[in-house]
Amino acid sequence: MPRTYTDYLGRKIFLFLFTAQGIAAFALITLGVIVKKLNVASNVVHPMIRREISRAGSRLFPMYMFVAVALGFLAIGQTVTVAARYGAFNYIGTIMVTVIVRELGPLLAAMLALARVGNANVIELGTARALGEVEALESAGIDPIHYLVMPRVIGMTLGVFSLTVYLILAALCSGYLFVFLQNVPLTPGEYFDELAGSLSWLDFALLALKSCTFGFFIGIVSCYHGLAQPVRLEELSRLAVRATSESIIACVFIDAVYFLLYLSL
Amino acid sequence: MTDKANQETASALPIEMTGVDISAMQDPEFIVFKGINWSVAGGEFWVIGAPQHSGKSDFLMTTAGLIPPAGGRYKFYGNETQIFDESRLADRLRMGFVFENADLFHYLTVAENVALPLRYHKNLTSEEAGKIIDELLELTGLKPIADVSPANLPRSWHKRAGLARALTLQPDILLADNPLGALDARHSFWWLRFLDSLARGHQWLGGKPLTIVATTDDFRPWRGSGRRFGLLKDKSFVPLGSWNDVISSNDPLVKELLAAPIEETVTPANP
Repeated sequence: MPRTYTDYLGRKIFLFLFTAQGIAAFALITLGVIVKKLNVASNVVHPMIRREISRAGSRLFPMYMFVAVALGFLAIGQTVTVAARYGAFNYIGTIMVTVIVRELGPLLAAMLALARVGNANVIELGTARALGEVEALESAGIDPIHYLVMPRVIGMTLGVFSLTVYLILAALCSGYLFVFLQNVPLTPGEYFDELAGSLSWLDFALLALKSCTFGFFIGIVSCYHGLAQPVRLEELSRLAVRATSESIIACVFIDAVYFLLYLSL
Repeated sequence: MTDKANQETASALPIEMTGVDISAMQDPEFIVFKGINWSVAGGEFWVIGAPQHSGKSDFLMTTAGLIPPAGGRYKFYGNETQIFDESRLADRLRMGFVFENADLFHYLTVAENVALPLRYHKNLTSEEAGKIIDELLELTGLKPIADVSPANLPRSWHKRAGLARALTLQPDILLADNPLGALDARHSFWWLRFLDSLARGHQWLGGKPLTIVATTDDFRPWRGSGRRFGLLKDKSFVPLGSWNDVISSNDPLVKELLAAPIEETVTPANP
């Protein structure tokens, strides 16, 4: 292999490790601040947390419903129709739970939150950093992690979790609507019995944990790139792209870890 | 803290630098000033001159504990200081800082900017803080624009809002980074008069004289008595004395900062 390729690869690996270390440290610091200072300056910070939950949660609800209906029609409806054609009703529940509840639902919800709010976080915090607002906070004795990062990370974590639940519920319902329109011989009772029969407590627990982990890391990665290093305004678009790529990698990595967890339990 | 320790702290100099090296904010490896020996007594009003882009902001940010000194000893009220971390919050709040560009939080209105330090440290609602800062907004002439966001304000008013924000917690020391830079004559006059009233003891501060350190790239507006002057030159700090000492100085850089004719060319500062 030519030297230039190995040099390039080496640089990329070092950059990846350096970034991973920085993000891990930033995540630990943020967790520490959440544990220690959740109720500090509550009259200032709690309204900000509520605003971030609204921004990463309820305000995205219409878009999530649109995507959920599309997911239901395109993925669930077609899968059920094909399964019904071969009389494979018994597998519908298992397929739906595996594809929608465990994998596609949480991942899709996380990607949408990343696109709508994660990028905005990078731009907002990067602008604040570039304009000297972070130093202004420090000079006033205000911890930027507490004031700027904590509300965004909590908002993103709770927002992604709740929207994942809504997205899955809406997708499963709209999926049945498609099945109904296709005149597939499957009653609502049979459909939802199949789903309920395939769900276990583990699915609920891991779904909650997984969607919260997705939200937490999207929040951390976007805030890290906006805030952790000195930045100039002209670098913001590059940082937003980088934060998006790294958030996707982080989500896929987390997904793989949870997949292994499903297999082992 | 014991009574003796309290007395020592109270009698100690607010700012005391011995052989302090100052690094650049953007590049901590780059030393902007070396071996600074400088002390500020309580109630003094210092004006530090230096050309643009010579490191005035780094000097002031090190003094404010936002950048750790690269070397030497920096004592703040007698306590050795590197950077004001959380354990030194009480010290941090004794110091107000006005940034050269004010650096207001762009998503907050003027009143919200001014109230933020108070709300955060005293855990007040916006209504509770509003009653307290109303007086400050009135004193600084910001009341009519209290609900305007910084994006819709001229730069001169940004600086004034930055000053109000720095005074919100009634500090003992005020550090102002080039406060008169890019201000029109009317605003400059207001600033000089207001800073003088703070130095003498303003009603907002309970009549206690405020220790002030301001930087400038133009000595001319600062003429008058009651102020001490210094110069940042050739990577070091040069105390100049009173205004009379400034105007009688033969230093080419002082002449340049007075916009007086100079006989030799001053080497441009490192950008």
